[in-house]
Amino acid sequence: MELTRLPFLKSALKSRYSQLAVFIVMLVGYIFVILAGLIGTPVGSHNFSIVFVWIAWWAILILVAVPFFGRGWCAVCPIPLPGEWLQRGAVLNPPDKKPRWLNLRWPKFLRNIWLQNISFLLLALFSSVLLTTPNITGIVLAAMLFAAIGLSMIFERRAFCRYLCPVGGFIGLYSQTAPIELRIKDKQVCVVCDGKPCYNGASTVGLDVQRLNPPLSANSNTGYGCPWDVFPGGLTKNTYCGLCMECIRTCPHDNIAINLRPFSADLAKPSTRLDEAFKAFIMLGSAMIYAGVLLGPWGAFKDAAYNVGTSAWFIYATIFLAIIFAILPGFFWLMISLTSRPFAKHPFGAPIGRGVGVRKFASLTTALIPLGLMFWVAFSLSFVLTNATYILASLSDPLGLGWNLFGTANAVWQPMLTSILAPAQTLALVGGLIWSARTAQKAANEVKVSSVPVVIYCFITTLVMLGLLL
Amino acid sequence: MQSRFFLLLFVMAGLVVAFAPFPVRPIAPQERTFRIEAGQFAYSSSEIKVNPGDTVNIQLVSTDVVHGLYVDGYDISIEADPGQTKTLSFVADKPGSFRFRCNVTCGAMHPFMIGKLSVGKKVWFYRSIGLSIIAIIGFLKFPRRPVLITAH
Ligand code: SF4
Ligand code: SF4
Ligand code: SF4
Ligand SMILES: [Cu+2]
Repeated sequence: MELTRLPFLKSALKSRYSQLAVFIVMLVGYIFVILAGLIGTPVGSHNFSIVFVWIAWWAILILVAVPFFGRGWCAVCPIPLPGEWLQRGAVLNPPDKKPRWLNLRWPKFLRNIWLQNISFLLLALFSSVLLTTPNITGIVLAAMLFAAIGLSMIFERRAFCRYLCPVGGFIGLYSQTAPIELRIKDKQVCVVCDGKPCYNGASTVGLDVQRLNPPLSANSNTGYGCPWDVFPGGLTKNTYCGLCMECIRTCPHDNIAINLRPFSADLAKPSTRLDEAFKAFIMLGSAMIYAGVLLGPWGAFKDAAYNVGTSAWFIYATIFLAIIFAILPGFFWLMISLTSRPFAKHPFGAPIGRGVGVRKFASLTTALIPLGLMFWVAFSLSFVLTNATYILASLSDPLGLGWNLFGTANAVWQPMLTSILAPAQTLALVGGLIWSARTAQKAANEVKVSSVPVVIYCFITTLVMLGLLL
Repeated sequence: MQSRFFLLLFVMAGLVVAFAPFPVRPIAPQERTFRIEAGQFAYSSSEIKVNPGDTVNIQLVSTDVVHGLYVDGYDISIEADPGQTKTLSFVADKPGSFRFRCNVTCGAMHPFMIGKLSVGKKVWFYRSIGLSIIAIIGFLKFPRRPVLITAH
């Protein structure tokens, strides 16, 4: 179903002013969060930065935004804005023909999400400190803002979002499961489209909209090329489209639509990229590790995770990385290669796993995308419901300085909905297992192997997660 | 037709596993006392097991700063000042696995200062394993699309 048919929605999305209004609110909020982190109370659970980023924002992101709107968060994210404005030299207008800054192409060997995998892991290894220390949260958020500005000066488009943002990596991966997509309406229109202004920018192409016949969308000659370095005409999955809505404005043929679609439609065509496959393992593994370390009853793990730099922490970090890069993918590879061996072309003398190349391995990890998302949902439900009451208190007293703006500063901490937590987590995890089994069947069909080992892998990891959470 | 029937069968089985009351062998209720030491940011003896109907006394001793103990699901709590012992008594009348956690801000990792109370069987854990198994059998036995086992 095409949502952009709704005239109200379409004009809201096309208007730069409505978007700017949201951006300004978000940017002000973001800067306030940084300041709160740096100057507010060091007590995490009473500091706006911790409570709003790691409880409120996180809850909205993982429980609502990603599962239902895909990259919806990126559509309103304030982090790349200052950099983008500087890059274009304007807040609303398209850039000049001559670039203002270096405007380099991003290096070819980094055109993948390995840097995002690394940046996420860096934060993940320090997460116990990050989650609980307002200062650190403030510094990390500020660093992301400045990194985005810096990269906008050096490289073209949104290099930070595409290649570095630790959050953007997994939002992109999981956005494939969302029931919403931005796509072109008619391929043929794109094929004959002059200059592809959606990618190159209307002004750069020198397209004069007024002279086209029939005169087309009025503001498309003020549009610029896709900031995410995506050619909208070729979109087949949500992963790298940041839903910035620019192409809706730029396309002179009104050929861009936002559609409602079945969940996880993108996963029908499995990706064969190893960087994306490992992103799936990274997310799956971190959800399991966090469930054990943060929500488990084992104090020694928490100590190790928190005391960054001690030898216990190094052991923790090593185990963390081993689970993500060796144990989970190794076990996965072993399962699929053991079962696919007898069917490989040379059954005699072929070493184990002959039949499993990178393509099959990566394709089959598609099943781990819905699984990982639901692991995160189950983990976050517990974390968020227990700590949600902090939000009330910190709204009234954001810096922990004893203010009482809305009279809720003394709201007592109280876990919410503790009686439905376990059933809700069961629903999420078992539902995730079924979802991933269906995905596994489709992916296995694509690469013509049995889906059974993948389904069993998902089953075993789900059991581990159930054991950790329930 | 047949696959519809099996689907229905599986859904029914799922519903039974999810909602049927858990069989419990009646065990005579006892009074049990646990001494739990709370220090930043862990409880020592962080996992306690009781039977449904038991009367539970938790003696909370704090070894450093003020700590609390809040039992999820039962929604009851106590606080203990350093060096002090406070006792929380309650009848464990809800079966299942519950977290207990510190409810007095005691430092950085406070939100993750957590222990586990098991009252009888971990009901939801077993239910969810049952549901997972049913789901998996359903999938392996009745694939929606032909599962190709041979490589061409
Ligand atoms: S990729 Fe990161 S910085 Fe860019 S819009 Fe998304 S969340 Fe924001
Ligand atoms: S989306 Fe619009 S601007 Fe882009 S190629 Fe297609 S018709 Fe041209
Ligand atoms: S310009 Fe279009 S394709 Fe590119 S990121 Fe924005 S919405 Fe997505
Ligand atoms: Cu505490």
